[in-house]
Amino acid sequence: MNAPRAPGLIVFQNARLVDPAAGYDGPGALLVAEGLIARVSHGGDLSDLPADVRVIDARGALLCPGLIDLRVKTGEPGSEPKETLKSAARAAAAGGVTSIVVQPDTDPVVDDPAVVDFILRRARDIELVHVYPAGAATKACAGQGMAEIGLMREAGCVYITDADRPIVDSRVMRRLLAYAGGLGVLVAHRPADPWLAAGAVATESEFSGRMGLAAEPVAAETIMLERDIALVALTGARLLVDQISAAAPLESLARAKAKGLPILATASINHLTFNELDIGDYRTFWKLTPPLRGEDDRQALIEAVASGLVDIVVSAHAPAPPEEKRLPFDEAAPGAVGLETLLPALLTLHHEGRIPLLRLIETVTLAPANAIGLAAGRLTVGAPADLILADLDTPRLIDAAQLISKSKNSAFDGRRLQGQVLMTLVDGRVVHEERQEA
Amino acid sequence: MTLPAPGIDEIRSKAAPFPKRHFLSVTDLDPLQVTGLLDLADLFVGINRQRAKKIDLLKGRTLVNLFFEASTRTQSSFELAGKRLGADVVNMSPRSSSISKGETLIDTAVTLNAMQPDILIVRHPASGAASLLSQKVDCSVVNAGDGQHEHPSQAMLDALSLRRAFGRIGGLTVAICGDVLHSRVARSNIALLTMLGANVRVVGPPTLIPTDASRWGVSVWHDLKAGIAGADVVMMLRLQVERMQGALVPSMREYFRLWGLDREKLALAAPGVKVMHPGPMNRGVEIDSDVADDLAVSLIQDQVEMGVAMRMAILASLAARLDNR
Repeated sequence: MNAPRAPGLIVFQNARLVDPAAGYDGPGALLVAEGLIARVSHGGDLSDLPADVRVIDARGALLCPGLIDLRVKTGEPGSEPKETLKSAARAAAAGGVTSIVVQPDTDPVVDDPAVVDFILRRARDIELVHVYPAGAATKACAGQGMAEIGLMREAGCVYITDADRPIVDSRVMRRLLAYAGGLGVLVAHRPADPWLAAGAVATESEFSGRMGLAAEPVAAETIMLERDIALVALTGARLLVDQISAAAPLESLARAKAKGLPILATASINHLTFNELDIGDYRTFWKLTPPLRGEDDRQALIEAVASGLVDIVVSAHAPAPPEEKRLPFDEAAPGAVGLETLLPALLTLHHEGRIPLLRLIETVTLAPANAIGLAAGRLTVGAPADLILADLDTPRLIDAAQLISKSKNSAFDGRRLQGQVLMTLVDGRVVHEERQEA
Repeated sequence: MTLPAPGIDEIRSKAAPFPKRHFLSVTDLDPLQVTGLLDLADLFVGINRQRAKKIDLLKGRTLVNLFFEASTRTQSSFELAGKRLGADVVNMSPRSSSISKGETLIDTAVTLNAMQPDILIVRHPASGAASLLSQKVDCSVVNAGDGQHEHPSQAMLDALSLRRAFGRIGGLTVAICGDVLHSRVARSNIALLTMLGANVRVVGPPTLIPTDASRWGVSVWHDLKAGIAGADVVMMLRLQVERMQGALVPSMREYFRLWGLDREKLALAAPGVKVMHPGPMNRGVEIDSDVADDLAVSLIQDQVEMGVAMRMAILASLAARLDNR
């Protein structure tokens, strides 16, 4: 990277500013100084600028907070051939993601403050995007003994979760919520009844039945979510519902939110884009956890993101190398990479007129920032200059082989998307810049 | 060893090139192509009943039987079919440890491919395995059963048995009974028989019928007596004894009482009803020996005989496509 090391002075003139914190989507300009947002103009260009400022004419391109992705897996530590923190950080920078929260189900598991330290130190050395560890909720993500939540929070973890593994024991979940809630630590949990979901690789439907695939009913998600909601009511603790995926659990979520329970929910960009039929002829890049659902569920999910019922969108970046994907569908690893395609995939919903741009940007900036208490995610004077400049319309044909991620298991391979990140800034440093066209 | 010229000429003229390079699913075929293959198989039935059974249609071709799951019936049926057509047949049964199954599949495929086989016949416990393998090799792949997905040659031989017994398939009422959920035979038969115009019913306890099976173009029945009432054909499926675990059905004796086929229940079917079973049978679980062994109603022996002829037709047709290259 040839990015200037010292925080420079950069001004973006003639931009389309989108700032969910101010509820603003319109022309504007923004000055970066000393790693922070120094001045913001809603309307015309900024004047009276310092002498040595780098002036960038945005030509109407989108200028918004850098994306904050609450659910990213790398292979570090333990499975570096899949993805390292560095390759994930480079992919993130290219995708306009300025903060990633890495999942704890690595080897070793992030259930110890020393591992939190290790990840933070690696991230500092890499010096690209912000990397925040999520700590394990239970030791070894095994669902039994509680991990050192308080010590990990002091070390710098931003929420706790057992990642893909559901916390089966309701008593453990209750105590986790109570204990973490008391410390002010957010608990994330992907709702899945382990027995209904046992061995499942697809969603239960006419289609998966015909394909002969072991399948879980949507009820597996609904049942566990209802349990979690009841435990939130019992403990009063905050819960982040990880990757809600279907219409029925959305109804449960809506009831819980209507009661004022402190619940947030994420949806993955994959579940907003694809449905179960994308599995096609057993294509393992579309084998995901939770499994891709029906089209009715996808539509309900889009509506829920638009209405704010679902607060946050994540990439659910999950690298898997060919030896884990070129297998029969039953045996292949689940997950897909997504850091580099998150923004253009999200913009599809803008181009299709499904969700206003301001709301879409909110789901990947302000909403996740508020969920884990980051000062970033907004274009406010004094906030960190984590920014992206992006063209909304650039047509792109996604070619997985061209991705920066070490693993190329992209569900968007071969897909036509619109939108290109032109520049990514982290704390005022340019960490990614597309070559400017003449 | 070869037949008199008219026989083989007729076969050559009827062995239309297979529409695709691989035979992975009955949905690879349209009704006209199915009919053509059944006609061809009828010729092979005649040949198989002669003393001299061998012809040289596949002379010089190499067939590999790659069975990751134990099988006697299907494997020997394909082996005989290949040998009677004059091909060299190699049987392979790689051990499939639960962890390295997939690795074995792809590695084996690449290795075998280097040996230049012409047709690879594969059975594997994972749905979609044959399709995956077909993407990695240069030869033709025949799906001899992939997980719970399809077993297309079985459906074809069942269609051949039915057409020979009834003279037609369109308009027949066929009740497919038992463990439909775990059965690839049922999935292939449902797709093929509905394509050919049969009225298909699936009959079994709700725990063994796939979700939304009613959207597969079949009617769903949970009472065996009602489900086979008036049926022309009753096709029983094998109930794996492991299914007693996991709360799918409570016990063998309850299963036999409610969903096993015996004389008394069979009397409710249409006059002239025929009974089928893909084998191997669990006598006294899904079918009473009294019914299974009654040659007046049982097509089970015919199915085995038709299996060889049908597979000869499939192989001959695939080879005709290879010849055209």
